[in-house]
Amino acid sequence: MNRTLVLVDIGSTFTKVTAVDTGQARILAQSSAPTTIQDVSIGLKNALQGLGLTAEELRQARKLACSSAAGGLRMVAIGLVQDLTAKAAKLAALGAGARVLNTYSFQLTEADREEIIELGPDIILLAGGTDGGNSENILHNARVLASLPQPLPVVIAGNRSVAKEVAACFPEEFSTYIAPNVMPQIGKLQVDPAREVIRRVFMEKIIYAKGLDKAERWIDGIFMPTPAAVLRAGQLLSEGTAANPGWGDLIIVDVGGATTDVHSLGTGLPSRAGVVLRGLPEPFAKRTVEGDLGVRVSVLSLLEAVGVDALVQETRWTREEVESRAQLLHSQPEVLPQNQAEAAFDRALARQAVRHAVGRHVGHLSELYTPAGLVWVQEGKDLSQVTTVIGTGGVLVKSDDPLAALEGAGKQADAPLELRPERPEFYLDGDYILAAMGLLAQEEPEAALEILKNSLSNYKLCGEGTIVG
Amino acid sequence: MEAKTLVLGVIGADVHAVGNKILEIALTEAGFNVVNLGVLVSQKEFVEAALETNADAILVSSLYGHAEIDARGLREALIEAGIGDILMYIGGYLVVGNQDWSEVEAKFKQLGFDRVYPPSTLPEDFIPTLREDLGM
Ligand code: B12
Repeated sequence: MNRTLVLVDIGSTFTKVTAVDTGQARILAQSSAPTTIQDVSIGLKNALQGLGLTAEELRQARKLACSSAAGGLRMVAIGLVQDLTAKAAKLAALGAGARVLNTYSFQLTEADREEIIELGPDIILLAGGTDGGNSENILHNARVLASLPQPLPVVIAGNRSVAKEVAACFPEEFSTYIAPNVMPQIGKLQVDPAREVIRRVFMEKIIYAKGLDKAERWIDGIFMPTPAAVLRAGQLLSEGTAANPGWGDLIIVDVGGATTDVHSLGTGLPSRAGVVLRGLPEPFAKRTVEGDLGVRVSVLSLLEAVGVDALVQETRWTREEVESRAQLLHSQPEVLPQNQAEAAFDRALARQAVRHAVGRHVGHLSELYTPAGLVWVQEGKDLSQVTTVIGTGGVLVKSDDPLAALEGAGKQADAPLELRPERPEFYLDGDYILAAMGLLAQEEPEAALEILKNSLSNYKLCGEGTIVG
Repeated sequence: MEAKTLVLGVIGADVHAVGNKILEIALTEAGFNVVNLGVLVSQKEFVEAALETNADAILVSSLYGHAEIDARGLREALIEAGIGDILMYIGGYLVVGNQDWSEVEAKFKQLGFDRVYPPSTLPEDFIPTLREDLGM
């Protein structure tokens, strides 16, 4: 049976819509229009009109939406120990598609409280203590948060034994949600349930706070943060469905003006014998966001992170040229390259962003000398055997040579201990469909998988940035 | 009464895994809530695990002869983390060669361990004492 669905992505600058026929598993039409932040329904209507469907077709089509407009989902994550529950809380928030403004550990101080007020998160994720473990810390932190002048939704995902007590610390104006502990035992990560609760809060509360509900009468269901939809698409493509196998472990890189996101799907267990795994286990579907690695607004922090010399080497510009171009791109993010040299500069920026963001995302090996000789220790995910690397986001999709940028994800001669893909094949999200298919995956996974595979296969990148169709 | 929580692990660059596993099984059977960190455990990991789990005691193993270097500073780190008065045992092959036991014991007590056990200590040799120390 043919069924038309329209997938909507309300971005910070553009509202993109994709109409699909799920019976035939194909894209019918795509369109976009500038996002109208005062009333997002206007931009949405404009985008929908561009699809070329009849009014009746449009009315009948089921419409699902995700959004990253109005700053996306902004969260603060709180735990007890930095490398344990605080890290688990951060991973859960990132997996829910949030921008994590800051992560706090141990007891919140007065200065922390003030900082949180300043940051103005949409949701707070409050963890701390394993089940049956420490309870003082999370209770202390709940009391501090309860005195915030602006009531907020708080997702409580800490020590189960005191979850109710923690919730009771908050006055009525705060909405509290109890989720299973993000770290019920030492070394056991459990981020999926908290992630789901965060998405629910986003749907129930945050879209109103951000005025996205104005679009609601045009939308039939699932309002999720766009990065969560991208992660969902990655998961579907990786795992496949009962009838249709997936592509296995994969990485998605999204280079933006302000941040670079990396998603990985895979267990990341050691691929070599005799390697000892250490540290907190990481989620199968892992997302990291590098707030200092962007190619426009964050270009100055990118330069700081990678070093001006790296760009000097790659572009053969002088230090002064590199720095002044970066200043310009930072202050006028809308500036586009006007000639070959400027395009090459953008490419170099994207490549460095990919390189460093992937380097921080993947696990690494270290050598440990013991009385019995060398032991290899792995921390984080081993993604060396991942063969599929997908680039998405405007910067890569519009680039004249996305392969050059994406190659920054692969093995780097000067960082042999980073567990990056050793033999990657690169794909581009050339149709801009990852987020859309993440939405569709919630209702029609078979069709979503088919469309994803077809579209990405059309944008397989090989040699010299060419696309094999 | 709620089960007491024990944090267990083999400290430093030590990979002797068998005794650690046996301790985990024996202590779990004895009714303790066991948080086993396994082998190659750093001081930081002991401290952090004890903190998150609100542990009642830490049981450190060391088999490969470097216990003194590896365990030095652990008590201080616990004090720093605000759980300085937690009960702490150490056992295994703590030193190289046949050194006088009372000296070895004194050395490790000085490092902040409440009890120090010689090689081949069996679970039944120390579990009653552990219960007592925990007021069970
Ligand atoms: C098997 C073994 C290995 C294996 C370990 C495999 C593995 N992954 O587990 C391998 C080959 C890797 C190995 C390597 C080494 N080993 Co080795 N190893 C042994 C051996 C033969 C048995 C250990 C064992 O499993 N015992 C059985 C378990 C049940 O006993 P246990 O570990 O002692 O634990 C019991 C008690 O001690 C007690 N206990 C333990 N911890 C604690 C803590 C507390 C608080 C309490 C109350 C009680 C307690 O309870 C446990 C249950 O009863 C011993 C010799 C021996 N017979 O003990 C040497 C021995 C421990 N190894 C030794 C040495 C020197 C090494 C090496 C440095 C070099 C070498 N010779 O190969 C390396 C070190 C590697 C490293 N980085 O850790 C020495 C240590 C000498 C010392 N400390 O003075 C020993 C004693 C051999 C010897 N006589 O020389 N080893």
